[in-house]
Order: sequence, then C-alpha cells, then structure tokens
Amino acid sequence: MTYLTRAVMLTSVLALAACTNPGRFGGGNEVNLGANSGSGAIVPGSANDPASPLYFQQSVGDRVLFAVDQSTLTPEAQAVLDGQAAWLMQNADYTAVIEGHADEQGTREYNLALGARRANAVQEYLVSRGVAGSRLRVVSYGKERPIELCSDEACYAKNRRAVTVLAAGLTS
Amino acid sequence: MILRYLTLLAALWIMAMPATVQAQNGPLRITIDEGVIEPLPFASPDFVAENTAATQLAADIARVVAADLTGTGLFREIPKDAFISQITSFSSPVQLADWRAINAQALITGAVSAGSDGRLTVKFRLYDVFAGQELGSGLQFDGTQAGWRRMAHKVADAVYSRITGEAPYFDSRVVFVAETGPKGDRKKRLAVMDYDGANVQYLTDSSSIVLAPRFSPSGDRILYTGYETGFPKIYLLDVASVGRQVLENQPGTMSFSPRFSPDGQTVVYSLTQGGNTDIYRMSLSGGAPQRLTSAPSIETAPSFSPDGTQVVFESDRSGTQQLYIMSANGGEPRRISFGPGRYGTPVWSPRGDLIAFTKQSKGRFHIGVMRTDGSEERLLTASFLDEGPTWAPNGRVIMFTRETQGAGGESSLYSVDITGRNLKRVRTEGGASDPSWSPLQN
Repeated sequence: MTYLTRAVMLTSVLALAACTNPGRFGGGNEVNLGANSGSGAIVPGSANDPASPLYFQQSVGDRVLFAVDQSTLTPEAQAVLDGQAAWLMQNADYTAVIEGHADEQGTREYNLALGARRANAVQEYLVSRGVAGSRLRVVSYGKERPIELCSDEACYAKNRRAVTVLAAGLTS
Repeated sequence: MILRYLTLLAALWIMAMPATVQAQNGPLRITIDEGVIEPLPFASPDFVAENTAATQLAADIARVVAADLTGTGLFREIPKDAFISQITSFSSPVQLADWRAINAQALITGAVSAGSDGRLTVKFRLYDVFAGQELGSGLQFDGTQAGWRRMAHKVADAVYSRITGEAPYFDSRVVFVAETGPKGDRKKRLAVMDYDGANVQYLTDSSSIVLAPRFSPSGDRILYTGYETGFPKIYLLDVASVGRQVLENQPGTMSFSPRFSPDGQTVVYSLTQGGNTDIYRMSLSGGAPQRLTSAPSIETAPSFSPDGTQVVFESDRSGTQQLYIMSANGGEPRRISFGPGRYGTPVWSPRGDLIAFTKQSKGRFHIGVMRTDGSEERLLTASFLDEGPTWAPNGRVIMFTRETQGAGGESSLYSVDITGRNLKRVRTEGGASDPSWSPLQN
C-alpha cells in the first residue's frame, strides 16, 4: 500500500469513526462499522484489519487511565502501551498525538499541567519501547474534554486518561 | 456628614443604642469592613428629562443607578410608589421633609438631556436627607446616548464612593468565556460585557477551545489561551480591532495561564515542555523569554503584585498545590499557604493587601482571601466547584466561576464581597466561566 493510499484510507476511516462514535475524542469501544459482517474476510481499514486505526483503537487499546492526581503508569497501563508500541513499530506510516486529560476535580490551570504530565508519561514509555520520539506529539486538554459526564468516581476514573490518537504520516 | 444610619449599625458598641439617637451623631458613612447589617435606604426617582428625546433615558439611567447600588448589598432602594413628592426640576430645591418621611437616608436626583447629534448629558446631585444637605457637589457627565449605561454607572460610582469612601467599580467590564452546548460537547468563545452582564460582545468564534482570558491594565488588550493550532498557546487580542496574535509558539511546547504585568509591558505565563510546567516571563516589545522557575513540579497560575516587583503562583513542589511568592525576576520562592487542602489560582488584589485563591478541601471548592504573608485566611464561598477569582478594580468584590455537578453541570459567574456577604449570580445569556475584571474605564 502506498503512503498516499493509506493516508486517504485513514482519513476516511477516521471521518467515519468521528461520525459513529459518541466519544468524539479518540472514541470508546462501541464503534461498529459493520463493514466486515458475515464474510469473515479481512476488510482493509476495518476493525479486524490489524493494520487499521480502528484495530489500534479497539483491539490494542488507545488509552490508559490514571489514579487521582497521578501520572504514574500502572502495570495495566504499561501492558496497553507495550501493545501500542508494537503496533506503532509495525505501522511506521502513522504518527500519533497523545492527549492527556484530567477529571473535573481540580482547577483549570493545574489540570492542564497534570494532563501534560500524563501525556508525557505515555510518550516517554512508548519511546522507551522503541517508538521514535519524532512520531509522537503531546497535548493536554486538562478538564476540558470529559468523555464521562457524571460527577462521581465512576466517571472521573475514565476521564483521567491519556489517549493515543493516530494521525496520517509525516513527522514534523 | 451623611449616612450615619448604617455606620451605626456596623459598630457593635453602638448597636445597643436606638438608631434615631445615633443618627444625630454618627459620621455619615458605610464602613464596609465592619460588616454592614442593614442596607442603607435611598430614593432614586426618575431623572428629569430636559428634552423629549431624553424621556426614556432619564428613567433608564435612574434604574441602572439604583441597580448598581442595590447590587452591592449595601443599599436598599425605596419603591417609587412610596414617594410623597416627585422631582420635576433638577434646579428647584427638594422637599427633604418628604424624603425624610419615607426614611430615605440618601436621595439621588438627576437630569438628562439628549442632543440630536447623539450626545447625552447627565447631571446628578446626592442628598444626605437627614442632615438636610447635599453630599458633595453636583456632577455632570457628557457622553453618547449609545453609551447611556456607562453614564449611569458613573453616577452610581460617584454615589457609592461618596457614601462608602471606597474607590468606584461599576464603570468596568468583564472578559469571560461564554459557553454553549452540553457538558460533553461544550463550545467556548471569548466575550466581553459590562460588569453587570449588559452589552455582551463576542470576540472569538467557537471553532477551537479558548480559556482564561485576562484584561490588560489599560483594558484595551486581552491575553488568553487558545487551541487554534491544536495545542494550547497564549494569544494577545486587541479589543477594538479583535485582531489576535499568538505570543508563544515554540514547537513541542504548550503555553497557558498568561497574565499582564501592572505596566502592561510584560506577560507571565506557564510553559510546558517534556511534561514539566514552569513559569516564564516575556516582554511584549520582544526579546527572549526569561525562565522564572526551574523545578520538576507544576508551577502555574502566576499573578503580579500591583507594584510589579513580585509574582504569586501555585506549585505542587511540596506534594500538593500551594501558594508561593517570588521576585518578579525569579529566585527562591516563599510558601504562603499552609492550611489543610489545596490552594490554586492566586490573584493579587489591586490594592496589594490581599491574595484571592481557589481552595479545595474535603471534596469542596472555595474562593478565599488571605494576606500576602498567608495570614488571616478567610473562605468566602463553598460549593461543588468554585474557581478562578478576579478582583473588581477597587479590590472590594471578587467574581469567579461556579460549576454545578453532574451530567447537566453548567458554569456561571458569581460575585461576592470580600467580607463574604452578597454572594450572587452575574446574569449571562448562557453558560459562562473564567471571568477577568477590567480596570475602571476612563
């Protein structure tokens, strides 16, 4: 597959995902494109194509969660990131933006800085597993982009996250 | 001497005495620090329209003057249907006995003249009804009919200052983040309004996130954090032209939490690099940014002292968010907050005497104030989420963001007196957060 083909495909897949997925910021597990129903064949770009962003999102796992006010990676998080690193090594056309997020229990500025710590922890871990740092960028959204909306720990736990969002090609 | 009534109530030793007796002796002031118990009753009859074109404005201006004063919690307006006499001429002597009879401690009279050229002239007098004399001399303001609310605020400012001895603050604006949409898909844009919520003007669209705008000391520019590039960066916006420029765009970094120095020439802000957030300053006339802190902890939310020599900020170097003060050129900071809980978003009072902050303790958020050495901490509010205080230009009132909990949670603006009294919501069209109060307008 040429870079261009893959980039075009990625764009359309991401666009479709954006339309389908109620959790707009990197998505949840409820995305179902229905593109592969029935046949059992691997449809390029679908969730059962191991080289697809959807596979990365759903099967590898695009996010890790954090304890309150922490940016330390748990063993579970490290296992997910091992998978992300392996996938990124195999799919060298992709770059990624790592988004750091915080729950709403904190002031705006502090949460921006905390989200940056979390995103950075993920970046450093992926680099330690062999992913080129030039393929990864980090951004913090602080508490600006909750995916779960209740004001309980059940929701907070899912909002304290770092999400690895794939982008097409080219390092800058 | 004038409005002795309130002052009397304020002083504890006087409170046991009958109010009528004190009215003869007390100084005519509201002394806010002492905690006024009973608002001062005043009458604000419709201003006299000096020509037909001014009829509506004359009523509107008197209404806004009254709203400004009652909004402080220090004054109580006497309903117009209680009036015994009317004011039909600005220059004729007023029948003070008629106002005394309805217990108006203060009487505000005014006259409005509207020119065909769009100009507006407003005159007013303030009477100490029980002393039987005018308080100060009459004043006249000239402006435009479109700017009639400002004229009303100027009148109210003069009344407020004469009676309380405090600096004025009604003729001011607030920049804030206007919010629409549900919690899971919130749109944010910058907006500016009068301090009382009127005259809203939007400064950006909602295509990318904007956060925490800050007025310049002259009120003509705004600093804020925007995600226009996909990454948080600090921007400078010119209020008149709405033109904006990114100030810090170093690749691989994020910048946020900017604030002006008192002379408007320098910006302090946070820069995040490699996951670590520190405080920097840059001159708006150019030159390399100067790093003020260098620690592996989070250093953010810097705010200058009014003399520009020091910066208060928050840091979690001790393990939790606490407040610190350092020289405006950096150097070893000294910690000033030591109570239980976490302290953030410190803002130095324009008077220099107090620092307002957000405190988190036992699952609640508070807005509080402390002296600059950390003593005399006072919590003014408590709720699920209060944060981001900003000072009125006179250092007497604080505005902040209050957010309600749950999936339907919404942000709104509230204000509170630094005594902790008069907590109230500031009316905005939709959701609102991150207020920053302008200086008094010229």
